[in-house]
Amino acid sequence: MSVDLVANVVIAGVLTGLVYGLMALGLSVIFGVVRVVNFAHGEMMTVAMYAATILFAAFKLDPFLAMLPVAALFFVLGYALQAGLINPFITRPEHSQFMLLVAVAIVMVNAMLMIFGPDARNVQLDYQLESFEIGKILIDKARLYAAGAALVAAAALFCFFRYSLTGKAIRACADNYLGAKVVGLNVKKYYAFTFGLGSACVAVAGCAMALLVDVTPPLGPYYTLLAFVIVIVGGLGSMTGALLGGVLIGVSEALAGLFITPSAKSMFSFGLLILVLLLRPQGLLGRR
Amino acid sequence: MNRRNFNRALAASAALAAVPYVRAQSPKLKIGVILPKSGYLSFIGQSCQKGADLAPGVIRDLLGVDIELMNADFESNVDTARTRAERLIQEGANVLVGPFDSGAAAAIAQVAEQRGVPFVINIAAAPQITEQGYKFVFRNFQTAGDIVRNGLALMGELFQATNTVPRTAVFMHVNDTFGQAMAKGIGAFMPRLTQLPFKIVDTISYDPAAKDLTVEVSKAKAANADFLMLVCRLNDAIILRREMVKQRWNPMGIVSPGSPGMYEEQYFKALGKLSEHSISNVPWYNPNAKLTKVVEKAFLKQNPKDKLVFHGLNAGFTFEAILVAADAYKRAKSTDAKTLADAIRQTNITEKMTLGGPIKFNEKGQVEGIGSACVQNLNLTPTVVLPTNAATAKPVFPAPYYKK
Amino acid sequence: MKKEFVYLGILAVLMLALPAVAGPYWLSVATLILYFAYTGQAWNVMMGFAGQLSLGHSLYVGVGAYAAGAIFFHYGIGPWAGLWVAMLLCVALGLVIGFLAFRFGISGVYFALLTIAFAEFTRIGFDHLDWLGGPGGMFLKVAQRDTWDVLNFRGPPLMYYYSMLLLTALAFLGCYFLLKSRAGYYWQAIRENEEAAQALGINTFRWKMAAVALSAAMTSISGVFFAFYYNNLFPHEIFSMNRSIELILGPVIGGIGTLFGPIFGAAVLTLLSDGITEALAALGWEIPGIKQVFYGLVLLAVVMFLPHGIWPAIAKRLKIRA
Repeated sequence: MSVDLVANVVIAGVLTGLVYGLMALGLSVIFGVVRVVNFAHGEMMTVAMYAATILFAAFKLDPFLAMLPVAALFFVLGYALQAGLINPFITRPEHSQFMLLVAVAIVMVNAMLMIFGPDARNVQLDYQLESFEIGKILIDKARLYAAGAALVAAAALFCFFRYSLTGKAIRACADNYLGAKVVGLNVKKYYAFTFGLGSACVAVAGCAMALLVDVTPPLGPYYTLLAFVIVIVGGLGSMTGALLGGVLIGVSEALAGLFITPSAKSMFSFGLLILVLLLRPQGLLGRR
Repeated sequence: MNRRNFNRALAASAALAAVPYVRAQSPKLKIGVILPKSGYLSFIGQSCQKGADLAPGVIRDLLGVDIELMNADFESNVDTARTRAERLIQEGANVLVGPFDSGAAAAIAQVAEQRGVPFVINIAAAPQITEQGYKFVFRNFQTAGDIVRNGLALMGELFQATNTVPRTAVFMHVNDTFGQAMAKGIGAFMPRLTQLPFKIVDTISYDPAAKDLTVEVSKAKAANADFLMLVCRLNDAIILRREMVKQRWNPMGIVSPGSPGMYEEQYFKALGKLSEHSISNVPWYNPNAKLTKVVEKAFLKQNPKDKLVFHGLNAGFTFEAILVAADAYKRAKSTDAKTLADAIRQTNITEKMTLGGPIKFNEKGQVEGIGSACVQNLNLTPTVVLPTNAATAKPVFPAPYYKK
Repeated sequence: MKKEFVYLGILAVLMLALPAVAGPYWLSVATLILYFAYTGQAWNVMMGFAGQLSLGHSLYVGVGAYAAGAIFFHYGIGPWAGLWVAMLLCVALGLVIGFLAFRFGISGVYFALLTIAFAEFTRIGFDHLDWLGGPGGMFLKVAQRDTWDVLNFRGPPLMYYYSMLLLTALAFLGCYFLLKSRAGYYWQAIRENEEAAQALGINTFRWKMAAVALSAAMTSISGVFFAFYYNNLFPHEIFSMNRSIELILGPVIGGIGTLFGPIFGAAVLTLLSDGITEALAALGWEIPGIKQVFYGLVLLAVVMFLPHGIWPAIAKRLKIRA
């Protein structure tokens, strides 16, 4: 096994991992603040991917440019979903929340099937098939750009939570629900805002992913599970954790695929999840 | 309640259930068509349905027999396949046809056998289905073993026809029911086929649901083989092809010893020019057969914006399964299940559209001698290049993109 | 009290007499309902009684099915022996998961994710175990018998129906008595408020483990039934997340923690699923995916407006205890 083979595989793993990380970021934000198990997360990502393909088909819009309008749309939709449907469920037991979102997920996946049919859809841009060549290392152009977008979006989110007033308010709600209410924060509104924000994140990740993967309705459940694995491994409520978790999963899957058999590489992620849950349930960078 | 009463009750319900059969001496043959029209197999199910939909018209012209199709969707789910089959039989289906998937086929076969209703399998490769000693299950399709044997033999023919001698191959396959059966078959047949000039230097199995095949392709590329032998499904075939371009891997060609994917419409749509020159050795229809031309005309009438060639395997075999049922009905002159099953057992159809010998079932309910074709993607169309008597073009190997 | 027994009695008689009036199709539907009712009840033990949300319950169904199936396939030993192996394995598995979870203080959503991880891990693992057939699946030799071969669990659909009916009835009765026993009170205490229960001196760890073990054992029997009823097992089907969700739909819709809820829920869901298919076929709406959309919407409605499940609402109307 040559060094450049390993290097190529690891780099690809890191880049893909960053996009996964962005998707997980949305979930971490939602889960970390609103404490809702969003089992429709992957489905939302899939809808975003479809949105990107539709915009491309209609206007030849590059997914990178589509990110802004799609993110805005998803913010609104996420806000509405939380305020309208999910809010009453915050105080309900977990299995209720879970079932609610499973039902939402079922409706979403099959609505997509009804509307778009089972055929895979994709975006076809020239640079998707090109790669940068550095010596013996080949870096997939589209993957690099997508990872870049993920980093930019994550940084933007980070700044928002650090420096803006709303961001601080949201963090307050997450840290201490009762306390936030006591100081007069409209927690319900902030929850909805956060859900909208998390959804916008997913939208950006979806547009980026549309460059790398063909979209079909069954992608939803797959990504939901992946997002949860990453969030748990990286750490709930930690944004750097989500990105780190994504990269970790991306690289570990790549290496597992390389050294063991590729068809078992997902097994590795789940094994990692089990280990993390047992040994360090708050995740690598999470707070307890 | 003692045993005798139980048996009486059982007999009573069986008699009640049998009444519909006795009553249905109507002139139309009711064929229950079970296909996966939703779920992950939906695209293929819908493709098969096209073959079913054109059948009544063609068969009326051909055999003078009236058939009625009862369509059911088993949602790519084995449980549903079983209940749908029961339902169809309940509603008076005289014969069942379907289902494309081996798991569903096994489930439906049990139901068919239990209820004594003949079941003609259009497409399903798992060998075990016809090894159960069933009397009502028939398959007009190759088993995985046959597919491999024919596929490998065609590879040999391909290399001879193009005067090439590839020495090494890297074998990639999906790790699912089908892929595993094919891999086993290849492991068994390769050593016996000494006339094949190449050796497999590495085997890489991958998850059919994987969206990212970077690692797999990197590994395959590192094997430095002359060509890629691939057992795949549609979505992963597309991903693989793209990844090969991104990683600048240009082997002599991509040859499948027998799997779906590279000849399907979506492959061409998604890859455009990149789909060129991929080769699949699969059971296929004979473009020059008389029946093919008839079916093609009917297909175009019902699907003016589509081409039969993209649905060759799916529609072709589905149509033939229905043909078998109708032909048996014509000879049996009755819709009674047992009579039909016996009639199917006596089937000997020489005028058919798929490649190979006549449709004749052996004592296991399996048709032997179904042929395969070497189908190459040329000019964005799956084209038969071998065997020469069915070919409409010459094979191109190595592919023009080959770089040593 | 009396009222409930009367209703139960009527139901029991109806179920026993069903095969006399139902055709083979409805019999198979009824068998499926009972299967989901029983498995839902088994899951309910862990969730409804001990408050542990397991989202990877297909693990036990799968391991149970493969255990009994493999023994039959490779050694020809009948399901009655295989049953014990299946139960043993599943209980061991459940205890391991329970131990890992409870010792390390994992609960709620994290526990649920742990169960999912184990199920998925096993699914992919089984895909690579050739001795169990790998992804190609395990096909048990089918022998169509018109007589009841109880020893090998082979026979006409009627036999499977009555076996499942018996299992469901036993599960129902078993849970009824368990709930009234000391174990039942401890479990309910733990479910309501674990810390308070602990403060009262209840060994919560031990009782939670007991719930997990019982649930796993019961579910494994379900798996054994599955293996011999369907006669073919594929890892990607039997261990799939979809199946795990399918299993819990019944209890959730019917009413978690109640005795009759899972049975009621299973009946409602299966009939609903069938009914929607028929209605859509009658209307001629053959769009793939539309049925599941309706299904999901109904689920949504129930979860939103009847959070404790449908059964408690009905029970209140009938003025009986859930």
